[in-house]
Amino acid sequence: MKAKIRKLIVSVEETQSEIGKAVTPPTRKAAAIAIIENPFAGQYVQDLKPLMDIGEELGGLLTERAVKALGIPGGKAESYGKAAIVGEKGELEHAAAILHPQMGKPVRAVLEKGAALIPSAKKMGGPGTPIDVPLGHKDAAFVRSHFDGMEVRVPDAPRAGEILVAIAVTDSGRPLPRVGGLQKHEIKGEDGLR
Amino acid sequence: MTPTGTGPLGGSMSLVAIRKLATVVEEIFHEGGPPPARPLRQGGCLAVIRNPYAGRYVPDIQPLMEDLKPLGLAMAQRLIAAIGVTPREIEGYGKGAIVGTAGELEHGALWHAPGGYAMRDVLGGAKAIVPSTKKVGGPGARLDVPVTHINASYVRSHFSAMELGLPDAPQTDEMVLILVMTTGARIHDRAGGLKASEIKGEDGLR
Repeated sequence: MKAKIRKLIVSVEETQSEIGKAVTPPTRKAAAIAIIENPFAGQYVQDLKPLMDIGEELGGLLTERAVKALGIPGGKAESYGKAAIVGEKGELEHAAAILHPQMGKPVRAVLEKGAALIPSAKKMGGPGTPIDVPLGHKDAAFVRSHFDGMEVRVPDAPRAGEILVAIAVTDSGRPLPRVGGLQKHEIKGEDGLR
Repeated sequence: MTPTGTGPLGGSMSLVAIRKLATVVEEIFHEGGPPPARPLRQGGCLAVIRNPYAGRYVPDIQPLMEDLKPLGLAMAQRLIAAIGVTPREIEGYGKGAIVGTAGELEHGALWHAPGGYAMRDVLGGAKAIVPSTKKVGGPGARLDVPVTHINASYVRSHFSAMELGLPDAPQTDEMVLILVMTTGARIHDRAGGLKASEIKGEDGLR
């Protein structure tokens, strides 16, 4: 284990009705979050490869946790997203090193496919800072019913020398989608867009 | 649970209409000190329900208390499953409610009996009072749910709390009902006092 994890959090939301109308089947989102030590807190380090390796490790671990919490096989996941909050003694680039170069591959291995870009967000923040993890369909980014987000927040993290890393996975789109656009049954899933 | 907003748990006449259920589970490995052999797990289950008494003063609000019993049981079971342990491994608990702004604090008090008895039932007769708190709030309001040992309220190592809330709840005419359970003491507990190993477990206090 390359990441020094202080804690892991898994959060699941199941929406059964919206504005009084039943949602059948309920829509479900899960976020898995790791609070890790930032190995480069308080210093400028040129080579961020160790954070890229941590990103790869967490990509697999967090996606597995999220899928397990939903109780579905990875291939049944429909949308995904990722995010990081860097504590005050780090820099935004640390989030980029975790999220972008190596995280995607293990995420896609758990979810069996994932032709689309994994939407992401990042920021600096203190304990309790919320972050909206963007969500998009995993095989076709233009599926309009699956444009969404999931807010995550951990009251005691990130501390100054920590990084919060989150991966969100769903088995559904928004609760009562009706704004048209590309539908999930219409996707080809080849180029990651449509 | 049946995915409908109208009384899936208490029959078609139930006052309980669920919009959303959520669970949050934390697995804590350390907080700067030596990691214990077994990480601490703590979790919360949140139900967002319609407040049938929102927007007016209703003298008799106790029918909802009765109708909340099946929801309490379902939430306690869902929470233990999410934490991933058997009921015997649960050592701490707490509960709380956030009432949307068209309701009154008193509506949150309807959760005391069904929430508490549901956890006791599922845990096999826990003896201590279930600590609780409540407030009126808007979407995104957070509640620090107090936690104490399930069999002896004075066990100092288990005094804790878990902050919970949902970005989109409670809406004005909703309530968020919360149950919390933990698998043990604070992660590096060393503040002394009554230990879990010393409890008699007769009066629910020591």
